[in-house]
Amino acid sequence: MTTVEEHKSDGIGKDLIVYICLLALAGVQFVIAYQNIDASQMFTRMLVVAIVEAGLAMLFFMHLWSEKRTFLWFVVIFTVSVLLGMQYGWTDSSRMVTGVPYSKVH
Amino acid sequence: MSQADLTMEGHSTGLTVGPAFSVPTKKLAMWLFIIADTMTFAACLVAYGFLRNGTPNWPRPFHSITNVALMTFILLTSSLTMLIGLRSARAGDKAGAFRWIMITATLGVVFALLHVREWLGLIDEGMTLFKNPWGTGLFGASFFSITGLHLTHVTCGIIALIAVGVRYKGGRYNADDIEVLGLYWHFVDLVWMFVVPLVYLLNLAH
Repeated sequence: MTTVEEHKSDGIGKDLIVYICLLALAGVQFVIAYQNIDASQMFTRMLVVAIVEAGLAMLFFMHLWSEKRTFLWFVVIFTVSVLLGMQYGWTDSSRMVTGVPYSKVH
Repeated sequence: MSQADLTMEGHSTGLTVGPAFSVPTKKLAMWLFIIADTMTFAACLVAYGFLRNGTPNWPRPFHSITNVALMTFILLTSSLTMLIGLRSARAGDKAGAFRWIMITATLGVVFALLHVREWLGLIDEGMTLFKNPWGTGLFGASFFSITGLHLTHVTCGIIALIAVGVRYKGGRYNADDIEVLGLYWHFVDLVWMFVVPLVYLLNLAH
């Protein structure tokens, strides 16, 4: 499914480097968990690290990097637009949970 | 109209008949499944985020990160062993590929057992789907739903690893099938990268 050239040029070394990077990034998440910062800052930092981890895993472990660029962009654009589209509905869920700004449940 | 006719016609009219994006059908199907599953997990995690944010007495029951750190290490390592298995399969080393796939499945089993051990510990402390001793009852429902959904994916992955590995060894499947299965296994790993910070690390007892 992937090209012969790719398998010739890519050794196990690249996989190991990505693996070590992922372990290190996971470690960073654990370090962030013990930082003395508020929850929203902690959440943002952890989410950024998780997105970088996911990107590395998709590009190299799932071989998206060696696929045709059109396919790579298809996956990225399709996934991101659906995830963003979901946020459109979540604002209403937030209003129901927090009762803000339209109503306050007492 | 046969496939050959379609291809001929495609050439004559400037059209081509073949898999979309030049990606084999099985692989494309797995990618579409992964995108769909991403939505499922994203919905669960975003809903969890809203609940956590909107609930003042959200529990922070985790005193130690040892178990979750070990689980993360095991799952990440299983992704590496899966890659080595795929490389062996591509190189035509059937025995080696089978061995690495079984190692991956074993790591998956260890992960699942650690997960179950953690669940049992929390249940022992009095946590159920609807109540817990630390705060809002919503925590148990969301925790068991998200981690349970992930554990279900891991369990399905282990079964698939064993089934595909055995069939590959028997000559019924080839390296392409290992690659498609690998995509699923890496996805399970990828989801865990979001579950850990949101469900565990943000709920550490300080």
